[in-house]
Amino acid sequence: MARDLTTSISPPRATSARGGERAAGSRRVRRPHWRGGRARGWLYVFPALAVYLGFAIWPALNTLRLSFLNWDGILPATSAGLDNYIKIFRDSALYEAILHSLVLIVFFSFIPICVGLFMTALLMGKVRRGMTFFRIVFFLPQVLPLVAVGITWRWLYSDTGVVNQLLDLVGLGGITRAWLGDYQLALVALGFIGTWAMSGLCMMLFLAGAQKIDPSLYEAATLDGANSWRQFLHVTLPGVRKEITIAGVITTIAALASFDLVFTTTNGGPAGQTNVPALLVYRLAFNEGDIGGASALAVVLTVLVIAVVSAIRYFTRDES
Amino acid sequence: MRGGVSIRYGVLVLLAVMVLLPFAGIILAALHPPGAQLNGLSIPEHWSWQTLALAWERGNFTALMRSSVLISVCVVPLALVLATLAGYGLTVLKVWGHKTVTAGFVLGLTLPIELIVVALYFNLREVGLTNSYLGIILAEVALFMPFGVYWMRSHFSNIPDELVEAARIDGARDIVVLARVLLPISWPAITTLSVLYFMWSWNQFLLVLVMMQDPERRTAPGGLGLFVGQYSTDIPLLSAAGLIVITPIVVVYLIFQRSFVNGITQGAIKG
Repeated sequence: MARDLTTSISPPRATSARGGERAAGSRRVRRPHWRGGRARGWLYVFPALAVYLGFAIWPALNTLRLSFLNWDGILPATSAGLDNYIKIFRDSALYEAILHSLVLIVFFSFIPICVGLFMTALLMGKVRRGMTFFRIVFFLPQVLPLVAVGITWRWLYSDTGVVNQLLDLVGLGGITRAWLGDYQLALVALGFIGTWAMSGLCMMLFLAGAQKIDPSLYEAATLDGANSWRQFLHVTLPGVRKEITIAGVITTIAALASFDLVFTTTNGGPAGQTNVPALLVYRLAFNEGDIGGASALAVVLTVLVIAVVSAIRYFTRDES
Repeated sequence: MRGGVSIRYGVLVLLAVMVLLPFAGIILAALHPPGAQLNGLSIPEHWSWQTLALAWERGNFTALMRSSVLISVCVVPLALVLATLAGYGLTVLKVWGHKTVTAGFVLGLTLPIELIVVALYFNLREVGLTNSYLGIILAEVALFMPFGVYWMRSHFSNIPDELVEAARIDGARDIVVLARVLLPISWPAITTLSVLYFMWSWNQFLLVLVMMQDPERRTAPGGLGLFVGQYSTDIPLLSAAGLIVITPIVVVYLIFQRSFVNGITQGAIKG
């Protein structure tokens, strides 16, 4: 994929020609100029760094600080020690929210990656015509505001929605229900929205990766008598390893930190069955005035994200 | 072989239909009269544009769109300029400490917004920047900075050193090197970044929900979040509101689809 970028870099003619003309004469002034540049260069970095530190890192550190306090946002805060963290593991609503977000990983990450790999095996190098159209369609869910996606699926999943209509159509009328209101299945229904949104992304990432595999590897495999399944297992799969890692990381972060989608579809219901950490962070901090608890949960969520992302990177690392 | 190809296309078409079905759903729903009871996908008896008009009015979308546009129009150029300058300083000028600073920015790629938003609200409340466009704009610029710096860094590090060297030998100052040598060949990378920035700014929800209490000045997705609560049973009206919010971003996507796709895939793969 980096190909597009490098081919676009062709030196502008005027500059390089001028540089060439004078190169011989002025080579000695170069060093001091470089040195000056290294110090003055901070002027270029500073504005971005200032905004980033002031509006992202400083608040992040403050959230960490708040997680050790009892604070309702108005009265003076008191020290809470580790109470807010202990509460997360004592309060079933809080740790269940964490478990729910882990379940969502299956639907946002694992299933889309499997779908993506299946499609890659099926399409590898064989379908060219119309790929632009399919690419536009499969990426579409990535660009939409999740609030609007949520509103759409609320209706699709409703009593009189399209999901039930389709189930009726294929003779499964017996299992129709208001999916997002179902105590057992609301989380699964929510998860499938993630599957819908993420599968196209995974597939397009893998197809892009598979295009870079040297065709001679497949020829060699065919000569060795490998059938298509073995070719997929021993040539395609290792060839897209990097893309699998990336897809895993992106989709897992989306699953663990999901807020918009849950907020607009179920808002945690029914009876807390679809509570996720991000939703509770919002509710605790801005509806219930438990800033310390919200902060602790946000910190735990961050640790969870970093741990899972590191684990994915570790298990899909290149052993060679 | 021929049969194999048509099966493959068959599966592709099936998946495309599954992706597009929800869109068909809300478009058809939005064409029904407000308050109509829908039963799955159905073609309305009378095509009604009235629902879209009503959703626009009830949802106060004139004001919401104005806020959305205002925020995007400020965030995108500001974030672009800062990310480009920082990428240049860190990658081409290699300022003192550039490795540490770059690592600091890259760290930001994994921090979930939830960690930032709690304290950010109270920090900004102290300085009177809640309920203000400026607060949201600066917060979005900060949130988008890790990706931007990282994106411009990988772009600049792909540029051959000789190009910069040649200009330096020519005696060009840093800013001239950036403006005359690097920028002219960086437009594809900058276009992609600006399209991604626009998308993230347009779609930003949690930050707006928290920072902007005044419903009149929320963004389109922010307002839509409230709209759901108010009209939760009126499917045609809700669908129309959803359609209003996604239309601008879909139009931008269709125009710049190459940039979107390159940005999402390359941005990911470089990481």
